[in-house]
Amino acid sequence: MDILARIPQLLVYGIISGSILSLGGIGVSLTYSILGFANFAHGDIMALGAYITLGLFTLLGGWGLPNTPFAPLSFGLSFILAAILSMGLTGGCMILLDRVLFKHLRRAGSIILMMASIGIALGLRNILQFFWGPQPHYYIEGIQIATRIPALGIRIKPDQVFIICTAILLVVLLHVFLQHTKIGKAMRATADNMDLSRVTGINTDRVILWTGVIGAALATAAGVLAGIENKFITPELGWQMLLSIFASVVLGGLGNIYGAIVGGMVIGISEEISTAFVSTGYKPAIAFIIMVVMLLIKPAGLLGKGK
Amino acid sequence: MEQLSGIINYIVYFAITAGTYGILSLGLNIQWGNTGLFNIGIAGFYALGAYTSALVSGPPPSAWDGRIFGGFELPFIFGLLAAAIVSGFVAFLIGVPTLRLKADYLGIATIGIAESIRLVLKNESWLTNGVWGLQQLPSPLYTSIHGGTKELLQQHTALPGWLHDLVANSYNWFYLLLVLGILFILYLIVEKLTRSPWGRVLKAIREDEDSAAMSGKNTFSFKLQAFVLGAMIMGIGGSLYAHYARFISPASFKPLYGTFIVWVMLILGGSGNNKGAILGSFVVWGIWAGTDFLTGYLPFSATQAASIRVIIIGILLEVVLLWRPQGLLRRERRSKTFL
Repeated sequence: MDILARIPQLLVYGIISGSILSLGGIGVSLTYSILGFANFAHGDIMALGAYITLGLFTLLGGWGLPNTPFAPLSFGLSFILAAILSMGLTGGCMILLDRVLFKHLRRAGSIILMMASIGIALGLRNILQFFWGPQPHYYIEGIQIATRIPALGIRIKPDQVFIICTAILLVVLLHVFLQHTKIGKAMRATADNMDLSRVTGINTDRVILWTGVIGAALATAAGVLAGIENKFITPELGWQMLLSIFASVVLGGLGNIYGAIVGGMVIGISEEISTAFVSTGYKPAIAFIIMVVMLLIKPAGLLGKGK
Repeated sequence: MEQLSGIINYIVYFAITAGTYGILSLGLNIQWGNTGLFNIGIAGFYALGAYTSALVSGPPPSAWDGRIFGGFELPFIFGLLAAAIVSGFVAFLIGVPTLRLKADYLGIATIGIAESIRLVLKNESWLTNGVWGLQQLPSPLYTSIHGGTKELLQQHTALPGWLHDLVANSYNWFYLLLVLGILFILYLIVEKLTRSPWGRVLKAIREDEDSAAMSGKNTFSFKLQAFVLGAMIMGIGGSLYAHYARFISPASFKPLYGTFIVWVMLILGGSGNNKGAILGSFVVWGIWAGTDFLTGYLPFSATQAASIRVIIIGILLEVVLLWRPQGLLRRERRSKTFL
């Protein structure tokens, strides 16, 4: 009975972490569908975005931009501005990485690209660690009081509502982008068949560029939202979530963007609910077990087309 | 002279670690270099080997241990064999569901298993003593060699200082021989296997799995065999590490030291070439140790210096991938040397 009473609250936590995992997963899935490799650096791109946000936030504060919190949230204008700028800047870093490295390895095949991305993952994490150190950096000082909603038997903080709403907003924007803009349609076509798209005159280089930017921008959002939820960030932030992100992406169907969203939610909720039954230490393993079971039953994933 | 003996003793210590990595790299070469299996969970099999060996050959739980099981104090060789068997068995379990899938899935699954193994080591204190790890592990023949050397040195007090230092290091000399001996035996086995008809099937799978399957080969079965064999060798590496370090904890098997550096070793050395795998492990470990020495001169904190070293290894990997993807020693075209 005691365990059952905790379920609604765990569900809320699951939706929050699922929102973050979904945003992270979209980037992994986009990269996979267009560039054809699992990008192990994605978690560390999230961390990079979170740290660039931190840097810009400090910079904007130095210029005297006000950061009076938007009540009831615990952060204000300059923080949100920093996060938005950081989404662009991190996207720029991704383009740079692609131009310097990935572009030249594309012919070598997906496994070499994966290998290179692991090198980038460790490199990025250690660059962050070099400049900011391994210790946590606080996004938000102080404690926010959670609001109790007795009818549902849950408590939720305004910041957590912000996380869920931001994730929904970004997903809707992405959907509109993919369905209704020219470049969005080109991206879907390229994901479907790169050679055919090139033949039809789609500029696949531009598509690849956009893929990197969108993936990195959403990764930044995921990193920043994770920082808001935890109140602090560390260089390991993204790496710690990477396994769960991969699990969500595989669960939803590797390469399927909408699958990544569904997968992220399922993994986020399962991980949180599992804490009612097994030690919290095993949270990442839960995601992994779900993934392996999925691979055994339907390797194409929940929303994937069986090939 | 005093300094020289210090340097020699350091080289011995260095070569023991590099040799252990050579074993891991050799194991990876069966999986990746010969069969094209993308295993990025080396750390998991390495850890399994180390813990199995420690539980089989190590001391029973002491009063302040959190663990209530294990520590059978069997001779080292049993620990070593058990390490290979357990690593191989787990590889079998993970291989069955994942080896039918594309390489991307195998990569994700293996990194998942490595992290899960680390979580088990961290959380199941009754077996592993949790984050405190297993301590006071026995090194094979330690008491007889170390005791014998001590006696010898007491009898010959007139030895010059440098010779005294070298002799006093006798146990490390012995362990170096042990590691290099096992490395050499494994090299011969792997070399023999990869040049056999069995090995040629693996290479066929690496080059084009569909045509290998069309030639009537059960590619799944061959991939599974290669995966298990590679994991067994990694388990042996873990056992050798545990009995030399004499202390293991989950932190010893993080992806950086356990997996990533082994990949850089194999890719730099030349994947598909067994000599390259071993060469790569010595070269990369040399660079790693060298950067430790160099960053000491830079005005950075210890954590910053550690970060720089990882960044250097990361850049090294990207440079090799970009400009010399075949590695130092390219794979040999012919599979039989006498032809």
